[in-house]
Amino acid sequence: MAEACITVKDLTMTYGDFVIQRDLNFTINRGDVFVVMGGNGCGKTTLLRHMIGLKAPAQGDVYYGDQGLWQSDPKTRERILSRTGVLFQSGALLSSMTLAENVALPITEATELPAKKVREIVSYKLALVGLAGFEDYYPSELSGGMQKRAGLARAMAMDPEILFFDEPSAGLDPITAKLLDDLILSLSNALSATIVVVTHDLDSIFAIGNNSVFLDAETHTMIAGGPPRQLLEQSADPSIVRFLTRGEQDGRHGAKHLIGSDR
Amino acid sequence: MIDSNNSSASANAAASISANRRQQALEVSIAGDWVLEAPVPPLEPVLAQIDSASQLKRLEFSMAGLGRWDSMLVTELVKLLDCANRCGIAVDKTTLPLPIQNLLALAAAVPERIDAHRQQQSVSWHEAMHAAWVGALRESRAMLVFVGEMALSTLATVRGQAHFRREDLWLYVQECGPSALPIVTLISLLVGLILAFVGAVQLSLFGAQIYIANLVSLGMTREMGGLMTAIIMSGRTGAAYAAQLGTMHVNSEIDALRTMNLDPMAFLVLPRMLALILIMPLLCLYADLMGIIGGGLVTVNFFDVSLTEYLDRTASAVKMKDFTIGFVKCAVFGILIALSGCMRGMQCGRSASAVGEAGTSAVVTAIVFIVVADSVMTVICNRLGI
Repeated sequence: MAEACITVKDLTMTYGDFVIQRDLNFTINRGDVFVVMGGNGCGKTTLLRHMIGLKAPAQGDVYYGDQGLWQSDPKTRERILSRTGVLFQSGALLSSMTLAENVALPITEATELPAKKVREIVSYKLALVGLAGFEDYYPSELSGGMQKRAGLARAMAMDPEILFFDEPSAGLDPITAKLLDDLILSLSNALSATIVVVTHDLDSIFAIGNNSVFLDAETHTMIAGGPPRQLLEQSADPSIVRFLTRGEQDGRHGAKHLIGSDR
Repeated sequence: MIDSNNSSASANAAASISANRRQQALEVSIAGDWVLEAPVPPLEPVLAQIDSASQLKRLEFSMAGLGRWDSMLVTELVKLLDCANRCGIAVDKTTLPLPIQNLLALAAAVPERIDAHRQQQSVSWHEAMHAAWVGALRESRAMLVFVGEMALSTLATVRGQAHFRREDLWLYVQECGPSALPIVTLISLLVGLILAFVGAVQLSLFGAQIYIANLVSLGMTREMGGLMTAIIMSGRTGAAYAAQLGTMHVNSEIDALRTMNLDPMAFLVLPRMLALILIMPLLCLYADLMGIIGGGLVTVNFFDVSLTEYLDRTASAVKMKDFTIGFVKCAVFGILIALSGCMRGMQCGRSASAVGEAGTSAVVTAIVFIVVADSVMTVICNRLGI
């Protein structure tokens, strides 16, 4: 049986009095590529912010192994989160620093390696995301896809066990988005890291996800979980089927034929 | 990541590396923990062995004793492979653990862009001088262009050809007027107080304390009231304008306005400028009053002058023309503050640090303009005898 890596228990997320999602319960196993999906405004990114320690939950907690992230004291929380890396939607590179400085930032912060070694690690990380040779570029000199990949290099700088992606394919053309998906898959293989992806991009969901949770904006809770393909085949819930078939199917009928043709 | 067998980080096995020659092959044995937080042995002896070896055809690895590993190991391996590549030695990568093979393949998947690398160029001093000169020329040109565009869109707005939002104007008036009262009150009260003290030291030497009233009231109305208000407002509102417009530029909001055929000058800059021009003289009058009160506090309390005498003296010292001079100066300052704030905002680059630079240079530009303009106007007033 797979080992649980992150467990979300009874999580309720609010902004003031407004409940975004309530009673979320799901488990992410070690080595999974886990997809958090749902329509616009359903709270996907908010859920991510709860998982990476940026926003405190109204109720419930996020467990890393058996340690509750929000029950722990700040020191423990920092230690738990040091095992994670996050790729934000737009890359979130610091614009006043070059790519090399951006990627080196977490390394120099956490270790006392000599500058030459840091430089080697930075070059290696940039090579992993296909940006070898771009060390001295500023983020504003790069295209959106390259900025995202550079953001990924920074997220991976400290060899995290868990990588979070917020909308990796947003704003990328289909080919670049596919390349990024492939990169995520190969990283998942090579690093044997656990990967959590927040997305509503159907191609990505089916291409990379091997487990998922579906957040519903109307009922404000999760209404399904499991491998995305299995959801598409078996789910009877109209809102899930509508989402997974781009609104072309309202119910179960005919959803199956899409499975073979979505690649 | 990665460590599959032994996830307890506490027990560190010392890292080691050695190389054994076996006929035409060199077997590199790597053992122990190769992680960022622990020291690793230097690679140079092995590299030297590869470099100097003759008749070496193949490089193999023996990883049996390998403990935990992360990027540390992979970067060292990359160096090793590079060296082998240079010497034309084949590398048997299949002897490496599978995850490392995958990582190395991924890192080599996209070849390094040769033209991407940048050389650091050293700049000689006359090149730097030239660059500064060209920069200054470009700067003044941009300023002229901005003023020109401003004039054109003002003309268009007066003729009713441009879209001007009246609601915005009141919003900006609210922002730069009433909200600025607390700080203007504090600063000008204190400036009046300081003026009174400075004057009193000299005037009380020959018993002329009563003239403190003249000094404070003339000083505030003609000079200090306007100048202090202008400096406060350039820090408070000029910087805010630059940051607002700069952020709008970063978010492409200004481009969006252009595509909708709305002139950003008339739509964004004009109402801000107008608001400052309207409000600054009023704030200046308020600052004058506060300064006079501040001076009065000192004079009445410390220098033996009654309140009536102080007020009487003030009333006879200050003429309408003194107020007018301060008033006009402040309107000019208002134009300069709005101009530098909006100009820096509109010229802003497209990054977070560019917004910061825009704010800084808006304040610096505004203060330079204000002080220069103030001196020019003071000289003119002096020559004309007003």
